[in-house]
Amino acid sequence: MSKTNVLDTAAVQRRDLMRGGLGIAGALATGAALSHPALAAEAPLGNYPAGTTGPSVFVGLCTPLTGTYAAAGTDERKGFELAIAHLNSGNELIRKISPLTKTGVLGKKVEFDVADSEAKPNTAVQAQSRFISDKKAIMIAGSVSSAVAVAINKLAQREHVIYLPLVTGSNDTSGKDCVRYSFRACHYAYTAAAAIAPELIKAFGKGKKVAYLTPDYTYGHSVTGSMQEFLKPAGWTTITDQVCPLGAPDYSSFLLNIANSGAEVLINVNFGNDAVGSIKQAKQFGILDKMKLVMPYLSPFLSKEVGADLMQGVYGTTEFWWTLGDKNPIAKAFVDAFNAKYGYKPEWAAHVAYMQVALWADAVEHAKTFYPGDVIKSYESGRTMQTGLGPVKWRAADHQLIRPVVVTRGKKPSAMKSPDDYFDVVALVPGEGLMQAPDAFACKLGSVT
Amino acid sequence: MLSWPNFISQLFNGLALGALLALISSGLTVIYGTLGVLNLAHGAMFMMGGYGGFVTYQYTHSFALALVGGTLCVLVIGVVTEQVLIRHFYRRPPEDQLLVTFGLGIVFVELVRLGFGSLSLQVSPPDWASGITRMGFLIYPTYRLYVMGIIAVALAALYVVLYRTRIGMIVRAGIEDAGMVDMLGINVFRVFMLVFGIGAAAAGFAGIVNAPVVPLTPDMGDQILVETFVVVVIGGVGSFPGAILGGLIAGEILSITSMFDPSYSQVMLFVVMTLVLLFRPQGLLGQSSRT
Repeated sequence: MSKTNVLDTAAVQRRDLMRGGLGIAGALATGAALSHPALAAEAPLGNYPAGTTGPSVFVGLCTPLTGTYAAAGTDERKGFELAIAHLNSGNELIRKISPLTKTGVLGKKVEFDVADSEAKPNTAVQAQSRFISDKKAIMIAGSVSSAVAVAINKLAQREHVIYLPLVTGSNDTSGKDCVRYSFRACHYAYTAAAAIAPELIKAFGKGKKVAYLTPDYTYGHSVTGSMQEFLKPAGWTTITDQVCPLGAPDYSSFLLNIANSGAEVLINVNFGNDAVGSIKQAKQFGILDKMKLVMPYLSPFLSKEVGADLMQGVYGTTEFWWTLGDKNPIAKAFVDAFNAKYGYKPEWAAHVAYMQVALWADAVEHAKTFYPGDVIKSYESGRTMQTGLGPVKWRAADHQLIRPVVVTRGKKPSAMKSPDDYFDVVALVPGEGLMQAPDAFACKLGSVT
Repeated sequence: MLSWPNFISQLFNGLALGALLALISSGLTVIYGTLGVLNLAHGAMFMMGGYGGFVTYQYTHSFALALVGGTLCVLVIGVVTEQVLIRHFYRRPPEDQLLVTFGLGIVFVELVRLGFGSLSLQVSPPDWASGITRMGFLIYPTYRLYVMGIIAVALAALYVVLYRTRIGMIVRAGIEDAGMVDMLGINVFRVFMLVFGIGAAAAGFAGIVNAPVVPLTPDMGDQILVETFVVVVIGGVGSFPGAILGGLIAGEILSITSMFDPSYSQVMLFVVMTLVLLFRPQGLLGQSSRT
């Protein structure tokens, strides 16, 4: 399937090359080439220029609308939709993040379509390949599973199309599996662990015995590994690491092992419905009465689903929490706009989707072209952008956004001021100090062409 | 976590896991044994039992009524499905049956998603069964102990229906030779409808019984369906006692393996299934040949 798509795209590129060649020849004949030096650099690349010749450009979102991660995926979709609507109407909010935006992107209307990835890499690759070959997508986006993000990274690099991974916590996405065409904006295992570890040590002390519940794929191993690394200096030891399959229907056998392990802290790396199920069952096995629960990479909607009772006192990290709007006007405007349209406070999947689209628009507007080579250069220029998280910028060496990490603690039900008021923001930790050296995870971005 | 207390805990937990798998699998195997249809929508039946029970609980706040509501809901869905769709596929090749039940499963899951959304729903255990029970060193959720009891009763009831009643006799005769039963003047198709309903209801009942243990999601049946197939293959396709034995074995494999290396517990399940297929292809309690 994907092989056919590669061939399709290759054929398209050949056709466009010929068309482009004719254009250059024509331009040379009229002498116009001398006044347009960029033309030579803008040889067809990916879906450029084929996808940008009409009055609109197409972008594709592929996110899990079914399966274990469907709730986060649906939230992601809403944030994405809102961002595109704001782009096309030239909304004031998106122009705060992307100041050069007027309406659309470079004056072109942005059209989009959504496909269900089921959080499965092969399904996602097929859907995104169709967006690229059939719809001439100029940008693709979406992920809740890091396994999907890593797979689409490779597709984007091969097809020369800009990719925005949205929810992906594995170090690999901007680490060993990083690519030139992909830009990750969310926090990830390493920065989450670096941000939360000092808070945990402050709250619980040194020398704790820890049990891990780790989903068995790149995201889970990445987060558990990073947490172990940052907690080790304070003498926290791993008593047991219970590796469980993605989408496990029952956690009883893993939880019994944890209950009998003598651990003092349970660090649960599960995400989506897996997080809900494992917390609920940990409570039933009496584990939460004798161990502190930590969710190092909080899943959207988790508190809503398991309830404030179980989440009180639970430390976690998140990409965004709506009360950031108390201090940041962009965050507040986003929360209000989202709430007005969808009737609930946005979770972090929606936030990162909105922000990524806005940052993409900003990169394209600054590049003044959809040509991927120039858009990538614009991303890598080190410009500072204003967002709901405060000022952020892209790190050119691994295409990771330098951004703060939100450390949260679950509120007591009696302390909640509104039904959505689940967390205290314990710290908004600046991004610079949290990140590994750009080459620490062996990131090699690859070439533009 | 190798220690005697943990080993005993896991052994016990395997029994609890196994009981649930046994109940779901018995529904699947009875349908297959009687109708010859491998029902790939069985996982969806399990899920719909949970949602049916959830809705009943919302209206009545009675867990006992939720059990009845969830089961009846799936029984009705099962009977209607059989009448409208499945019965037209008895004479079709197996791949058609697989495709139609597979598609049906997707339709059910998406309909529930349409109605209830993708966010998980929670059913609390009834007050009389919440909390934790301490049995020496073994600490176990009280509700899960009740689940074992409830499932044992349900399996016994199924056994009585299948082995001690006239209708059960017809069903078992139908498994052996449907043509002969037909010639004896018994309306096999009515029996088939009943069997499909009962098989689906077994899964639905398991769904609502298990609902307080897990979050309810539209696709909660997918993973269970896979494990159920493994159980049926291990126990013997079409064999009711085989489903129970297979269920218990699968539960113990999942539990005991997790003690050594949790990431291998699912793998071991398939290893054992493969061994059974190699050395006893008809399953542990299955018959070696049937027309």
